[in-house]
Amino acid sequence: MSLNLTHEPIEGEHFLITSDLTGDVWEIVVGLEVHCELATVTKLFCGCPNMFGDEPNTNVCPVCLGLPGSLPVLNHQVVELAMRLGRALHCSVEPSVFARKNYFYPDMPKDYQVSQFDRPINVDGWLDLPDGTRVGIERAHIEEDTGKNTHAGGSGRIHGADYSLVDYNRAGVPLVEIVGRPHIRHPEQAKVYIDELRAILLATEASDAKMEEGSLRVDANVSVRRVGDPALGRRCEIKNLNSLRSLGRAIEYEARRQVDLLESGETIKQETRHWDEGAGRTRPGRSKEEAEDYRYFQEPDLVPLVPGADWIAAIDAALPVLPAQRRVDLAAASGVGITETGVVITVQRDLDALALAAIAAGGDGRRVLTHVEHNLSGEGAVDLEPSLLAQLVQLELAGQLTATQAKTVLADMVVTGRTPEVIAAELGFEAMDTSELEGIVDGIIAASPDEWEGYCSGDDKRRGKLQGFFVGAVMKATKGQADGKAVNAILDARRNAAS
Amino acid sequence: MSNSVLPTTAVEISRAVRAGELSARDVLEVHLSAIDAREGEINAFNLVLADEARAAADAVDRVVAGGGDPGLLAGVPLAVKDNLCTRGIPTTCSSRILEGWRPPYDATVVSRVAAAGAISVGKTNLDEFAMGSSTENSAFGPTRNPRDTSRVPGGSSGGSAAAVAAGFAPISLGSDTGGSIRQPAALCGVVGVKPTYGLVSRYGLIAFASSLDQVGPFSTTVADSALLLEAIAGHDPLDSTSIPDAETGAARSLLSVLDDGVAGLRVGLVTELMGEGIAPDVAARVRQAAEALAAAGAEVGEVSIPALSYGLSAYYLIAPAEASSNLARYDGVRYGMRVDADTTAAMNTATRTAGFGPEVKRRIMLGTYALSAGYYDAYYGKALRVRTLICRDFAAAYQNFDVLLTPTSPTTAFRFGEKTADPLSMYLNDICTIPTNLAGHPAMSLPFGAGADGMPVGVQLMAPALGEATMFRAAAVLEAAAPDLSEALQ
Repeated sequence: MSLNLTHEPIEGEHFLITSDLTGDVWEIVVGLEVHCELATVTKLFCGCPNMFGDEPNTNVCPVCLGLPGSLPVLNHQVVELAMRLGRALHCSVEPSVFARKNYFYPDMPKDYQVSQFDRPINVDGWLDLPDGTRVGIERAHIEEDTGKNTHAGGSGRIHGADYSLVDYNRAGVPLVEIVGRPHIRHPEQAKVYIDELRAILLATEASDAKMEEGSLRVDANVSVRRVGDPALGRRCEIKNLNSLRSLGRAIEYEARRQVDLLESGETIKQETRHWDEGAGRTRPGRSKEEAEDYRYFQEPDLVPLVPGADWIAAIDAALPVLPAQRRVDLAAASGVGITETGVVITVQRDLDALALAAIAAGGDGRRVLTHVEHNLSGEGAVDLEPSLLAQLVQLELAGQLTATQAKTVLADMVVTGRTPEVIAAELGFEAMDTSELEGIVDGIIAASPDEWEGYCSGDDKRRGKLQGFFVGAVMKATKGQADGKAVNAILDARRNAAS
Repeated sequence: MSNSVLPTTAVEISRAVRAGELSARDVLEVHLSAIDAREGEINAFNLVLADEARAAADAVDRVVAGGGDPGLLAGVPLAVKDNLCTRGIPTTCSSRILEGWRPPYDATVVSRVAAAGAISVGKTNLDEFAMGSSTENSAFGPTRNPRDTSRVPGGSSGGSAAAVAAGFAPISLGSDTGGSIRQPAALCGVVGVKPTYGLVSRYGLIAFASSLDQVGPFSTTVADSALLLEAIAGHDPLDSTSIPDAETGAARSLLSVLDDGVAGLRVGLVTELMGEGIAPDVAARVRQAAEALAAAGAEVGEVSIPALSYGLSAYYLIAPAEASSNLARYDGVRYGMRVDADTTAAMNTATRTAGFGPEVKRRIMLGTYALSAGYYDAYYGKALRVRTLICRDFAAAYQNFDVLLTPTSPTTAFRFGEKTADPLSMYLNDICTIPTNLAGHPAMSLPFGAGADGMPVGVQLMAPALGEATMFRAAAVLEAAAPDLSEALQ
């Protein structure tokens, strides 16, 4: 495939593809469908454990095996978690009904999937991304998961396999399918959407949302259109996206493929395509002579689900503060902009409570967030005493610790829980008197006249290089205790005086 | 103990067994002897469970000997339709596709009758997956009508009806989706009841059409059906469509109302089910039944329920649609028959082609078509609207009447092969019974004399949802007034 196309991101969130042939500019339109397994104790319609990784076919019973005569009974906790997620996504909870989606596949014990079709439980919500984009949520409905096939021999897919094994432990595990509206315009934005959704799933304890274990699965509907065209292009659904990296790559590849086709005067066939991570391309799914007809009809073995207003009110009352609001709160407390990475990442890592407490204990907001963003990622961070982080930041601000020293001290604090003063003293980190530092810098200048001459008169490139030389020499002489910024300030002052 | 002194009804047997006057084992042996004598001719059973039954009867006798009470159905032999799951015991639906499958669990009704002390003597034959009206669709050969073995016993619960009619067991369990209890009860001259949808658990009943299926009793007397229904009715947490007990109290107290009579009860004779398509001798017996109720003090009138004429058409879209989905799981992957082939899809097709009989295939095709994109609204969707209409018309009729009276079946038992060539003529057998399944209402059939051919005629009583008690009161009066079955209508 020839792709005579270039792209450049414009205005941040828009990923535009410009054709070298025609000069037309295309934009990507993405809507994501996310399946996530709910973190219930038992399955959707029976009492079997909802457990990942157990011995195959041990968490099964007549109901989740779909044995003749068995009947489903709706798990109350599924409804609770689904509604909690729905409300966190600002959806309205509606009276809903279950439907059967009929198709034959060996991983589906009944050869139909119980899902929700024309009357889903959650409708019309939204999710706000850290960059301020609001992505609409069309619906978030309940359905059952299938079993898991393992195909031996052949290509690893069912066609041409020597034999296949089926594990029904996953059959009947509760899923919520979250159908996002096509409001995403950039591959990176798609990844951010998933990050944000995952944060909401974790905050609401609806799901453990692990993409690598398959408890969060993403399909991407991708289309392209010329910038300014109000109509949506014909879309392809991309499946087999097993990581955020795959998601971003697949969207970008698919968009380019579609632009290339359209630029060549061809049309897009609406189809399901599979992402091939190794080849870095999407491929058409199993070719179908005709569109799949799922023959949906209302599941006669279940009654309509009509949660009372008091139940919904109780869920609203118990909702945790969600990531979007937590970013607002953290930005306000820290004085750092809401879209800056310090705020976004701190909330994403679930460390905003620590940061807020450290700020409340007198720590400078920006420095606290800088430490959380860059220096706290390990498990121990959650146990860090906020007042100690505040003390560390205060020492830093008072010039008693350099940024590098503070990082070293913090790493020790996370492990030992000792105060920053104790650690700094033990490591011999002491505030260096300015005049003492000036003396050291002057000594090095005197000992290196050629370098100093070059530093003062050279071009920016040479000066930058020699600046590194002088800072390095000072660090060596002070055993790393000098503050790099202070050294630079002295060098600057001496150069100005010399000229 | 000789047959002549042995009580023949479940009410009498359980009373005597509980009182220690009669041993469950003796009762059982008499019935097993009856099975030995005639089962070869009748073929009521897919499986006779003589050893298991003897062990269960002995256990009941030990409970009584120990001073305990084995329950409402103590020592009563009972036959179970072979679409009800029985733990460790083959359950086939009279289909090749399930041959040899042993469920790992009991249906709720099976557990309940066992807990009440009943002795299961075997699994009875049926039209494959309960689809049929003559038991001729069984993969294991037809059941014969004990009153005339050249005739069908009706269906789909033909085996359960024949088992009771032949004296193999005083009571049996069947299932009724469009008349599958009432029609064979009528054709065999026994009592059969389809309870209100949700009164009896469907857990472990292998589904034909889930929104219509309901388990119910067969017996020779109205009181025995009341007894068995009391034993199996009640909420089951394993069936989401089962009604909470708080709402069904009256519908579960039946034996106590049997002598209440029908004075002042408003009985409606449904005009749509008394004219065209109903054999004159059957219609005559129904009128005679109406007169008997009037004589006992009921106010009998005629009522028109116009939507009933669309019942059959709606049923033959809704039931096959649900069946096409319910029967998808018989794909050769997990249990039952498998016919190997090169690919999974080909194996599915080969298995289903070999495993299902022609009527099952016909209904799967009908139902798949009715649900297909582009046809859903015209077929399945319209059938659902008709169903709503039927419910509305029934509700209007029950403004003025407490129970409705109709024939159960348009004719008495027909001969083998008479209707197999033309599925539509077979489907018309269900014209009187289908509407109550669509509405979810209770209905029952009881014998009321014989037709011109000397075969039994069944009359049907229908009542609004959870109106079982009223229905049984009327049934008790009709039972007392019923002409002798041995006298053909002149």
